[in-house]
Amino acid sequence: MAIDPGSAAMNGSGRLAGHAAVSTLRTWWIVLRIAIEERLVYRGDFALGTLMRFLPLVTQVFFWTAIFDAVAGATGRTTVAGYTNREMIAYLLLTQVSRAFSSMPGLASGVALQIRNGEIKKYLVQPIDLIGFLLASRVAHKLVYYLVAAGPFALVFFVCRGYFNGWPEPQILVAYVLSLLMSFLLGFFLEATLGMIGFWWLEVSSLLFVYMLFNFFFSGHMFPIDMLPGVFGTVVRVIPLQYLAYFPAAVFLGKVQGAELVWGLLIQFGWVLFFVFLCRLMFHLGVKRYSGFGG
Amino acid sequence: MAIIEIDSLAKSYRVYQKQEGLLASIGGLFRRSYREVVAVAGIDLRVEVGEFVAFLGPNGAGKTTTLKLLSGVINPTGGMARVMGHVPWKRENSYRRRFALVMGQKNQLWWDLPAQESFRLHQQIYGIDPDDFDRRRDELVDLLQVGTLLAQPVRELSLGERMKMELIAALLHSPEVLFLDEPTIGLDVVAQHSIQAFLRYYQQLRKVTVLLTSHYMKDVAALCKRVVIITHGRIMYDGSLSGIVDQFSGHKILSLVFPGDSAPHGLERYGEVVEEEGPKVKLRVDRGNITDALSSILAHHAVEDVTVEDPPLEDVIAEVFSQAGSGTEAEVARPHA
Repeated sequence: MAIDPGSAAMNGSGRLAGHAAVSTLRTWWIVLRIAIEERLVYRGDFALGTLMRFLPLVTQVFFWTAIFDAVAGATGRTTVAGYTNREMIAYLLLTQVSRAFSSMPGLASGVALQIRNGEIKKYLVQPIDLIGFLLASRVAHKLVYYLVAAGPFALVFFVCRGYFNGWPEPQILVAYVLSLLMSFLLGFFLEATLGMIGFWWLEVSSLLFVYMLFNFFFSGHMFPIDMLPGVFGTVVRVIPLQYLAYFPAAVFLGKVQGAELVWGLLIQFGWVLFFVFLCRLMFHLGVKRYSGFGG
Repeated sequence: MAIIEIDSLAKSYRVYQKQEGLLASIGGLFRRSYREVVAVAGIDLRVEVGEFVAFLGPNGAGKTTTLKLLSGVINPTGGMARVMGHVPWKRENSYRRRFALVMGQKNQLWWDLPAQESFRLHQQIYGIDPDDFDRRRDELVDLLQVGTLLAQPVRELSLGERMKMELIAALLHSPEVLFLDEPTIGLDVVAQHSIQAFLRYYQQLRKVTVLLTSHYMKDVAALCKRVVIITHGRIMYDGSLSGIVDQFSGHKILSLVFPGDSAPHGLERYGEVVEEEGPKVKLRVDRGNITDALSSILAHHAVEDVTVEDPPLEDVIAEVFSQAGSGTEAEVARPHA
């Protein structure tokens, strides 16, 4: 995706197109660098936000351990919906990693706010593409986050290594990394698309709240979605939210394998493309509406 | 050949009308009524390369809407405009690289970072050659005397300093056309003055074509030879600043100083007494009567000193605006062809 949509189009020949590609890369790099610098301004908030991410995990571990104990006490079974206590905690740890890629704090609300307060004008007046710009900024945010969170993540996984059966095979690991990268893109374009609704509705916070709620339950963040029975289970498997948390974790745990894994990755990729397209379309229509109604 | 050509340009908005009260709010959930507001009602204008044109008009007259149309932020509901041959609302990059829009009430810089970071981003967005970038930035920073502030986060700058940084960011890519929407709004006199001085110098140096909207008559007087008055989305006047007085003011101010401690009685018959202080009197006299009034006064009274002046420009413009506001549309006058 080019941040500067015109640089490639303006130059006809291949050599110039190559030059344009370098220029686009440079623009990416500058946006990335500036966004990283901006991210590092609020040290306190940033450090707290990064570390506090693990707090809910602790409560979840206690919660599920209590459930497994209760089930074992009442029925003598050691599994709940096909998961052992050990597998469940490994799963929950892995969804933390998925979420570290796919969650986009403030993206949709930020886009909607920029539309509402008129800051969006900047992207109509300057030769810059809003979506590309947001993507580069978000990549920067994530990179900074990983840099800081890598330590705590490594520590938590080291402490909890007993819940895992060692590292998965290399090809599974490759598939896992792919699914994580796509979960980042899917999360980004899905939330950016939601933000574009701000072109039609001045206030989108209720809508975003509903989305967050759905996301929380049906992405697999709270529990593995293959636990859901009947029609719920079917619906959740059809909608794209599972690719934000459940799917990458399931890949790592070896729950999806062979042809099913390839299909899963392809469908995830399909959803990424779908939301790239939808986001672009909404932006196009939104700008048309915005410039028609007033600005 | 004009650099900006505007023909019958029009823009109307649909505005939600909400009745007062809770019931009406609930009703608004189901059915909303809208009103059509005409912001720009078909204007024609030609601006030549290197002109510095001011848009004057009361709030809501259509000045900012016109600038938004010309910078491509909004689409018109009718008419046509071309800037440097481009139709602005097509938003072609080839156009966007050649102009800049600065809005006094909107911030374009990164709030938490020093302005120099935003400048660096602009360099990349606009594809400015590194040498040109360094040269232009240094020149602009020198002119506006903000060298020591470059490394300070934008949020910690004063309003005036921030506006200077906004101007630098807008000028780094050497735009040929510059749209300024109230660039001195909220600034103290010193900051206003230094921004005026900068704009005047820069515009003369680079022959940039500038359209400016401002509520400060001092901005306009300092910068623009040509003034366009817009009210109710229409152009009411297009010409020199001094021409406004000739066009719209039917009066002159006659200041008299009489010998002794007080002025004589009966001066009302020559015109309206607008000020009287001891022997000093100011009369508002119809333009057509000024010679008769003056000779009659001199014939009947001893006078120590006399001056005849135009009324203050601000007063005339305020009068023009309030006339427009009360619905008395003045004739459209275009001495500037």
